[in-house]
Amino acid sequence: MARRPPRRSRAPDLLQLPQAWLSHHVQSAFATLGRLLRAPLATVMTVAVIGIALALPAALYVLTENLRNLVGSWDQAAAISLFLHRDISDQDAATVAGRLREWPEFQRVQLIGAEQALAEFREQAGFAEALAQLTTNPLPAVLALFPQPAYAAPAEILNLQERLGQLSEVDFVRVDTEWLLRFQAILDLAATLVLLLAGLLASGVLLIVGNTIRLEIQNRRGEIEIMELVGATASFIRRPFLYAGAWYGLLGGLSAWFLVTLAVLGLQGPVARLASLYRSEFPLAGLGPLELLTILGGSMLLGLVGSWIAVNRHLRGVEPG
Amino acid sequence: MIRFDHVWKRYPERGDALSDVSFELQAGEMVFLTGHSGAGKSTLLRLIGLLERPSRGQVIVNGRNLATLARGRIPYHRRQVGMIFQDHRLLPDRSVFENVALPLVVTGLGHKEVGRRVRAALDQVGLLKRERALPVALSGGEQQRVGIARAVVARPPLVLADEPTGNLDPDLSREIFELFERFHQVGVTLMIATHDLALIHAMHHRTFTLSEGRLVNDSGDD
Repeated sequence: MARRPPRRSRAPDLLQLPQAWLSHHVQSAFATLGRLLRAPLATVMTVAVIGIALALPAALYVLTENLRNLVGSWDQAAAISLFLHRDISDQDAATVAGRLREWPEFQRVQLIGAEQALAEFREQAGFAEALAQLTTNPLPAVLALFPQPAYAAPAEILNLQERLGQLSEVDFVRVDTEWLLRFQAILDLAATLVLLLAGLLASGVLLIVGNTIRLEIQNRRGEIEIMELVGATASFIRRPFLYAGAWYGLLGGLSAWFLVTLAVLGLQGPVARLASLYRSEFPLAGLGPLELLTILGGSMLLGLVGSWIAVNRHLRGVEPG
Repeated sequence: MIRFDHVWKRYPERGDALSDVSFELQAGEMVFLTGHSGAGKSTLLRLIGLLERPSRGQVIVNGRNLATLARGRIPYHRRQVGMIFQDHRLLPDRSVFENVALPLVVTGLGHKEVGRRVRAALDQVGLLKRERALPVALSGGEQQRVGIARAVVARPPLVLADEPTGNLDPDLSREIFELFERFHQVGVTLMIATHDLALIHAMHHRTFTLSEGRLVNDSGDD
């Protein structure tokens, strides 16, 4: 353009670029939020559906975590009873106990000799006479083993049980906490189910957001065409839709948190009453700050990915006519 | 500025819209494109704006071969080309100001500069006082002038107009063409498709005549 020097000089543009880019993003994010809030009914519906979908796995997670806490308070009692063969003398039993004390797995090894066991038994009302009839002591020596906390996990206990069973002096091994282990296995199963459910509902959220954004793209088709006509880049056109998806996700995550917190608050009273019947206290745990952050981050990411998919599928079809 | 090199455009359903069109346009030229409806005027303009790609031949704009332009570069090409349509193509739910600002907003220009340039463009087309109005509140001629302001607000070196006065009465048409004449005087290259022969003859500019997709006459009137 010989007669008209180009007005778009590069240097000041380049200096202003990062700032302009940032301010455009901030502006775009809040403009998108404003647009969502101008259609409150549609936005609330979408956000509520996302919130409910996310609240379900979050609530189940809270449930399993609380049960885990409950079981955890009994974990200290996890102990293994080692019944020795009846022909093992108390002296030999003491040797075995001494050997087991060397194992790093155990915090404490307590020997209950056959004689001691009999004496304890005799003290219990009603047994004295029955025991007097016996010529030999029917009771074996028993070792009570208390594992270190590091070895108290279900898998470790099972491993210990197997190794202890191989000792020649041992008649059988009883894990006092077997039911606890089973319960923990059930909890682990429940946790896996929560994950599966979360995965399923997360893909539901992707579809919800994707569909909402698809409709939005259809409604604004004319505007998108004009923007392409005047030289908007693909990323410029994509941006508000991606922000909308992120907002949907974030607001949905917030409402999921709200729903779960509401449920926990509502259950606090009944749970306290139930615990008091067991002469115990059990504070119901809700979602902590880290969990809140995880939900918000995850839901925002879901919204973003959902809208990304919709945008990539449907914006490509929009060409200026 | 623009060079067509044996350009063909064939639509599967309609056959050849352009057949072997070649011409060259210098920077700063103002040229009319005329012919019956369906002669290929719109197609020719759409090829320059990269709304379409030719079936054969080459279109070179501002030294760039459009055939080799990557998809991602198309927006930057369009920023160099202001386009005006018979139906204005304004956004009905945006004010005059917002409509005209769009080409600047998409480049990420700052608020103040956008406001300054939009008002300058609206001033040029005589609509400074209507910046807050919605397009429906304007007359046909005013709407077309908003469309023109939008086409020139980013100061593109090239402006294309497709039947810009098709819906306007002769007085309004003359006003619009006088606007184009002013852009021409400040160095903008213009290509205007029209069948308003009376106006074309009155203005003494180079005129291309298309007939059934062929360039049958190139009068270097300028």
